[in-house]
Amino acid sequence: MSAVIDSHGHAHGHDHHHGPRGGIMRWVTTTNHKDIGTLYLWFSFIMFSIGGLMAVGIRLELFSPGLQFIDPDFFNQLTTMHGLIMVFGAIMPVFVGFANWQIPMMIGAPDMAFARLNNWSFWLLPFAATLLVLSFFMPGGAPGVGWTMYAPLTVQMGIGMDLTIFAVHILGMSSILGSINIITTILNMRAPGMTLMRMPLFVWTWLITAYLLVATMPVLAGAVTMTLTDRHFGTTFFNAAGGGDPVLYQHIFWFFGHPEVYIIALPGFGVISQVIPAFSRKPLFGYASMVYATSAIAIISFIVWAHHMYTVGMPVTGQLFFMYATMLVAVPTGVKVFNWVATMWKGSLSFETPMLFALGFLFMFTLGGFTGLVLSIVPVDIQLHDTYYVVAHFHYVMVAGALFAAFSGIYFWIPKWTGRMYDEKLGQIHFWLTLVFFNMIFFVQHFLGLAGMPRRIPDYALMFETWNAISSIGAFGMGLAQLLFLYIVVKCIRSGEPAPQQPWEGADSLEWTHLPTPAPYHTFETPPVLK
Amino acid sequence: MRGKRVIPVLAGLAGLAASGGAHAIAWYFQTPASRMAQDIDMLHQYVMWLIIVIFIGVFGFMFWACYAHRKSIGHKAEEFHENTTVEILWTLIPAIILVVIAWPVTKVVIAQKDTTAADITVKVTGYQWKWGYDYLKGEGEGIRFVSTISTPRDQIEGSAPKGEHYLLEVDNEMVVPVGKKIRVITTAADVVHSWWIPAFGAKQDAIPGFLRDTWFRPEQIGTFRGQCTELCGKEHGFMPIVVRVVSQDDYSKWVGQQEKASAAAGDRPGEMRGAQELVARGEAK
Repeated sequence: MSAVIDSHGHAHGHDHHHGPRGGIMRWVTTTNHKDIGTLYLWFSFIMFSIGGLMAVGIRLELFSPGLQFIDPDFFNQLTTMHGLIMVFGAIMPVFVGFANWQIPMMIGAPDMAFARLNNWSFWLLPFAATLLVLSFFMPGGAPGVGWTMYAPLTVQMGIGMDLTIFAVHILGMSSILGSINIITTILNMRAPGMTLMRMPLFVWTWLITAYLLVATMPVLAGAVTMTLTDRHFGTTFFNAAGGGDPVLYQHIFWFFGHPEVYIIALPGFGVISQVIPAFSRKPLFGYASMVYATSAIAIISFIVWAHHMYTVGMPVTGQLFFMYATMLVAVPTGVKVFNWVATMWKGSLSFETPMLFALGFLFMFTLGGFTGLVLSIVPVDIQLHDTYYVVAHFHYVMVAGALFAAFSGIYFWIPKWTGRMYDEKLGQIHFWLTLVFFNMIFFVQHFLGLAGMPRRIPDYALMFETWNAISSIGAFGMGLAQLLFLYIVVKCIRSGEPAPQQPWEGADSLEWTHLPTPAPYHTFETPPVLK
Repeated sequence: MRGKRVIPVLAGLAGLAASGGAHAIAWYFQTPASRMAQDIDMLHQYVMWLIIVIFIGVFGFMFWACYAHRKSIGHKAEEFHENTTVEILWTLIPAIILVVIAWPVTKVVIAQKDTTAADITVKVTGYQWKWGYDYLKGEGEGIRFVSTISTPRDQIEGSAPKGEHYLLEVDNEMVVPVGKKIRVITTAADVVHSWWIPAFGAKQDAIPGFLRDTWFRPEQIGTFRGQCTELCGKEHGFMPIVVRVVSQDDYSKWVGQQEKASAAAGDRPGEMRGAQELVARGEAK
């Protein structure tokens, strides 16, 4: 990091040493963590919109039995791309956006450790996203294999599959490089006095998540590379005729895939752990427990992967081991939920939009966690595996969980980022619309799964008609509600009320206590002194 | 009474149920037709009630705090922010609850894997996009046929009204006698499929190049329907499974009919049929 000492310390308004250059090139060449954070956030919103359109297409076809709009092959392509775009293009990058904006400010550092690498980590993403979307326009279209890309179905796909594999590699590279940056920054650039156990929990959750990413993204790269060579270079990793095994793919994929869902969830937990104490005007309950619980979740996440594979025919001992390990993860997760509630208990609560989304998260992530417990039970999973019950479960934890946490964080931090307040009334409307429509889409899908509706089918038997119609109406509503969110954000940036220096009286991390609102382009060029 | 869940939403939707059409709105496991399916249902209910109680407990606290600890009514925040005793308790108690769940579950897991001493063994092969059945052992061994969806295309495309068993009907049903243990060996010819009959609680992936197995013992006479449950390509949603459970006498009669038809067609036991021949017999397109 540069040895130049900026004697101005915290500059107000424009820093006349080096403000950002103008125009497009600012965004292409920026190495500033705030700019890069903004790039990640807008990118993830664009991907969220594209993935959302695909979801609307899926729900449109599923509105009633029969094939009305979309042929089965294209339906499979939409399902696959919806999953890949939402997981890798929307929900993961949004939290990297938070990491970039928030980590340096929260630890009293001037920027990320590797500022140029940070720029490259971002710019890999639009390139990868273009490849993904481009696959639709290739002969054969996008691959129709599900986001899980099981072999040997993947071997049957056209060139869209290869584009997707290439995109997955690039997305993985971006995550790994970003994680190296995050780990190095957190371990080396904390202000004097900020020990690890004094860091905001958001920073802890990202430290742990970054290790998960570094450990698991290469495994995914391995799985898709083996798929690529089985497709084109005569290998038979997943082909019994050559001594291989399709189930090998599943093991490798899910060894990545299970920690991946915690990669998605943990930064969300971190955001919630900042928001709830702020709006309860009370410190986070059980800080040390929360650190240990998050670490336990991360470690356990490596030994549960085959709970996605209970029906492949593994020996009973395997089923039992993975069941017990999976049930075990409920313990530290429960500890976190209890600690959040205990933070609220006997606090002094207010319910502005960030808190509404945090409470929505708490309620519905927990509901999703409970259906996860139901699914962990092998005999019950035999009935529910590959049905809509699973679809309901993971949307509860990833949408009502991680996405709500992201909304919470955006409403919480947008005053610090922009110097302006969002419209509180509209924010609340966005919350209630999203909450109601989300539940309309996904609560009823539990019933569909219990009743026997499989996943990934474009048409279904008549007994599933009613819930599918309701679910589809919910999807249209939820989609429209997100247009309101876009309006709220743009209106805030352009013409929101100037934010007070301390818009949230209970917020106590460094960016709130030691920096002006909005945060200047360069902050903490001199580290803060912590008592 | 099975599965009586308290769901606030259900009340509002009851109206929809009444207006919803000739068939009841399915929202829970299908009626169990085997002891295993019944045991699974019971386990599910056991866990569900536990979860509901914990959920109401925890969120009772949360909603109470939202009501009674609001700043707007003047509630002042207290200072406490840690308590080791409480942390230990809410770590240990859930762990104990999990052990209490795991104990009865373990017995069912082990039972579900025990495919020994079957009365009839049937090999089920997944194809893109239909199922093949081979009766390998027990009464009816040697019977082989392919089972393809029989819902007419015009129903799917909307130019004809949909029949009662829309997408859940086939040309040749798998027939088994009631009360006997049926071992199902699964495999596949191309990609991974999965064979599932919800009413029996039996699901097993069909993996190309490998043999896996599961079992069921149907306790009721009737026709039971399921679907392929592993994405296998374009027509994944259009390869249903139908198992007809009949009395022992009717089963013997069916076996006799199948063997007669097979002899009349000049089949030799255990012969492999090529693609052209399958097409000629109407078993492939």
